[in-house]
Amino acid sequence: MPASRLESACAPNAAAVPLSLYIHWPFCVSKCPYCDFNSHIAGELDEAAWLRSMCAELEHMARIAAETLSTDKLRLETIFFGGGTPSLMPPKIVSALIDKAATLFSFANNIEITAEANPNSAEMKQMESFHSAGINRLSLGIQSLHNEGLAFLGRAHSVDEACNALEQALTLFDRVSADLIYGLPEQTAAEWQQQLTQIIGFGIQHLSAYQLTIEPGTIFHSRTRAGAILTAEPDHVADLYELTEDIAAAAGLPAYEVSNYAAANNQARHNLTYWQSGNWIAVGPGAHGRITYPHQQKRRHFRLRRSPGGWLNDVASNGHAIEEDRIEAACDMYEEYWMMGLRLVKGMPLTPPFFAPDIALPGSVFCLDAEWQARFCKEGWLIEEGGCLKASLQGRMRLDYMLGKLLG
Amino acid sequence: MIEVLETHCKLVYLKAMTDLDKIRNFSIVAHIDHGKSTLADRLIQDCGGLSAREMSEQVLDNMDIERERGITIKAQTVRLTYKAKNGETYVLNLMDTPGHVDFGYEVSRSLSACEGSLLVVDASQGVEAQTLANVYQALDADHEIITVLNKMDLPAAEPDRVKSQIEDVIGLPADEAVAVSAKTGMGIENVLEKIVTTLPAPQGDATAPLKALLVDSWYDAYLGVMTLVRVRDGVLKKGMKVRMMATGAVHTIERVGVFGPKPTAVDQLGPGEIGFINAAVKTVSDAKVGDTITEDRRVCDDVLPGFKPSVPVVFCGLFPIDTADFPALREALEKLSLNDSSFSFEAETSAALGFGFRCGFLGLLHMEVIRERLSREFDLDLISTAPSVVYQLTMTDGSKRNMHNPADMPEVTRIRSIEEPWIKATILTPDEFLGQVLTLCVERRGEQIDLTYAGSRAMVVYRLPLNEVVFDFYDRLKSATKGYASFDYQIDDYVEGELVKVSILVNSDPVDALSMIVHKEQSEYRGRAICARLKDLIPRQMFKIALQAAIGGKVIARETISALRKDVTAKCYGGDVSRKRKLLDKQKEGKKRMRQFGKVDIPQNAFLEALKMGDN
Repeated sequence: MPASRLESACAPNAAAVPLSLYIHWPFCVSKCPYCDFNSHIAGELDEAAWLRSMCAELEHMARIAAETLSTDKLRLETIFFGGGTPSLMPPKIVSALIDKAATLFSFANNIEITAEANPNSAEMKQMESFHSAGINRLSLGIQSLHNEGLAFLGRAHSVDEACNALEQALTLFDRVSADLIYGLPEQTAAEWQQQLTQIIGFGIQHLSAYQLTIEPGTIFHSRTRAGAILTAEPDHVADLYELTEDIAAAAGLPAYEVSNYAAANNQARHNLTYWQSGNWIAVGPGAHGRITYPHQQKRRHFRLRRSPGGWLNDVASNGHAIEEDRIEAACDMYEEYWMMGLRLVKGMPLTPPFFAPDIALPGSVFCLDAEWQARFCKEGWLIEEGGCLKASLQGRMRLDYMLGKLLG
Repeated sequence: MIEVLETHCKLVYLKAMTDLDKIRNFSIVAHIDHGKSTLADRLIQDCGGLSAREMSEQVLDNMDIERERGITIKAQTVRLTYKAKNGETYVLNLMDTPGHVDFGYEVSRSLSACEGSLLVVDASQGVEAQTLANVYQALDADHEIITVLNKMDLPAAEPDRVKSQIEDVIGLPADEAVAVSAKTGMGIENVLEKIVTTLPAPQGDATAPLKALLVDSWYDAYLGVMTLVRVRDGVLKKGMKVRMMATGAVHTIERVGVFGPKPTAVDQLGPGEIGFINAAVKTVSDAKVGDTITEDRRVCDDVLPGFKPSVPVVFCGLFPIDTADFPALREALEKLSLNDSSFSFEAETSAALGFGFRCGFLGLLHMEVIRERLSREFDLDLISTAPSVVYQLTMTDGSKRNMHNPADMPEVTRIRSIEEPWIKATILTPDEFLGQVLTLCVERRGEQIDLTYAGSRAMVVYRLPLNEVVFDFYDRLKSATKGYASFDYQIDDYVEGELVKVSILVNSDPVDALSMIVHKEQSEYRGRAICARLKDLIPRQMFKIALQAAIGGKVIARETISALRKDVTAKCYGGDVSRKRKLLDKQKEGKKRMRQFGKVDIPQNAFLEALKMGDN
């Protein structure tokens, strides 16, 4: 959507409830051996059906959001096209969805509309249309700036393609993010440092650096079970993590989340919605949405049908593909609040905002294990400051362990 | 009156009381696997006790575990009727006895109820350690011995060699040994004839006041408390008021019966007969094994000698892996103890393993059998601590106490001396392995008493500290001799030893379940071994883990497990939350199997593995 059309959709309303929208495109050209996301190899695609169905589900989501939040004054803060490989999406569908959203919600002035993209030439050709459709932020799955690394990770693109894509993206979009994966077997600190320096040197405002982990259900997982060693030594990976943080910060992209680094005002606002237990709705196979009931300390959690074919059928017959729709209790919200919130460098308020002061707290379920909290503070892994609890670099490195203790 | 207690049991007429000279009471003694139970089965079948259809293999070994392992745990009795070649019909009471040393108390009871024994020797394997132990017990009980060479059908049978071995090693004449194959039935008739012609008939006076030996008692789900008796004098009848002489308790006999092998009611039991009674006895412990039973209104003059009570010699802690199973474990132990009063248990708590029981056993096999029954019959997942023996402590104030658990060891300054039990071990081994056997014995602080040869086999008699044997001596012996050695032991005496308690500390916290009493000379080696082992077993964690072995305050071995520095999910976005939650829940679930020591969590499994190490 051209800027002018976008503006007309923006009717700023201070009383509107902020909301994020996630759109899942479940198809990939090939399945990466480390990826456990809901992705499928596309065959012949019925474009019209997908366009129709995604728009229909979006309408249904708008109704759910309005019903749950008891208001139809909803303001979209962010939209995120994820996958799969959303850069394979027909631009027509991207455009139609953004247009549809504009009719269902008001848009924040500075709405962030991100798409994930593969840095290959074929898909980059589409990016102009994506930009015209209204995408204003691109997240490129570079993964490695070494051809051996790309081959190991089973990526279809080359380093040259990746570099071209980065340059192209930076001319087209105001905000560009790049993903890298580290902790490959025998990856040296020097090699990782070189990749980091090179990628930041392109002038990106945002970097996601993910440790390579072996997830169940992936090709890497079965290879690991068969005895292959596909990751670096744990101690070395810890070194690489600390190195990432140093280099990114020195280059003006300080860490703001466990695996995310950004220049000032360039944090991924969509993802912050997840980490800060905000409200989001979702469209597309396997996506999840969460909406907190106002003043009730409970949250609605829904999940859409995972298989693309099943999803299409469900939407055709019901107007949506919600497979699970349940109410999360306050204690689950509380656990999630810390699981997600402590990932952020700035941490979260010790008293979650959804604990409305006018509702009595149901007691000890809603506190972190005091003994462990004190112990972690003493180790310097947790920091309590200005009513907030946050994890230090050393703490973020050990977050899963700490969460187990704090929420155990 | 004839009452058949089980409807599927064939109706048998049993003569009310048998003449003394038509009765023969005998036990069967043998080394494990020499075919004792198979022979018993064959004798039962030949005497018509059970039809071929009713015969399941080794009918006398009731428990699954007995059948599977080919061992007899509980002595069993069967009454047989045999029409001999002289035309007379005899009543033969057969008592099958456990072969293993741990169940020696069962053997001695059975022996005291009989006048003779069949000594069964495998015609290919020859005399083994338990053959010796059991035959000496039978000789001590003044038994007439009939030697039976079993497994004669095997091509490897060497009756002449085995006969000379019996004469050399045991000192029994073997020229009249009966050659049989319990498997094919060959020679069974000869055994029965031999029993009738060479074993003495029991003696007794039917008119004298009742005097019967309480041989055994157990709980039967259908019949209640069963009491096995051997009548010496007088007659035991239904309705009679009897007095247990040791406890003084008086009961009315509700039922008198014999095992044929199924329980079958009879009118009465006379002198020389073996059978069971049911009285209004509520628990097995009320029927004290070894007691003398007499008639309440006509008491006999003296009591029978009874038995030495069985004393647990090996102890270990049993802990449920899931702490919620503690009540179930208690119930299971109580149930098992109904029929096996020889093991003891008392509640124990361990910082490492939680709530459990300290259990005492007659020996290692007994311990294993109970453990296996707990897991099999009661479906309990258990951790057991390393077995320990009973130490006798003399304190500085002169008082004495027994210590069953290394964790209970008082401060060293309060102990004047520690005595440990020693055993007399008999090992028979093919002479090619003799070197390894002697090395093993010496390593375990053994003192040689005797070393003799019989053909190509050597018999070694050693004195050994029991605490060196309870770990894995038997396993090591088997592997050193490729399974050809046999081993038997009896408790000898208590001897003062230079014993120390080695404690294992995790981040300075002692792990009670891993502490052990060892000889001072071996303490450092053992401490180092267990620390090294734990280092391999405990996964790295977010905190450094210091492992130490210490005697008192002195650290004798140390290992460090360095800390992990990173444990965080790399990617966590909207759709990942549920997955992440599952991970967290799994973490919580896993915590149940962890024990917390200060800041570190040790998987229970690591203790288990460390305890398995035995003695490497």
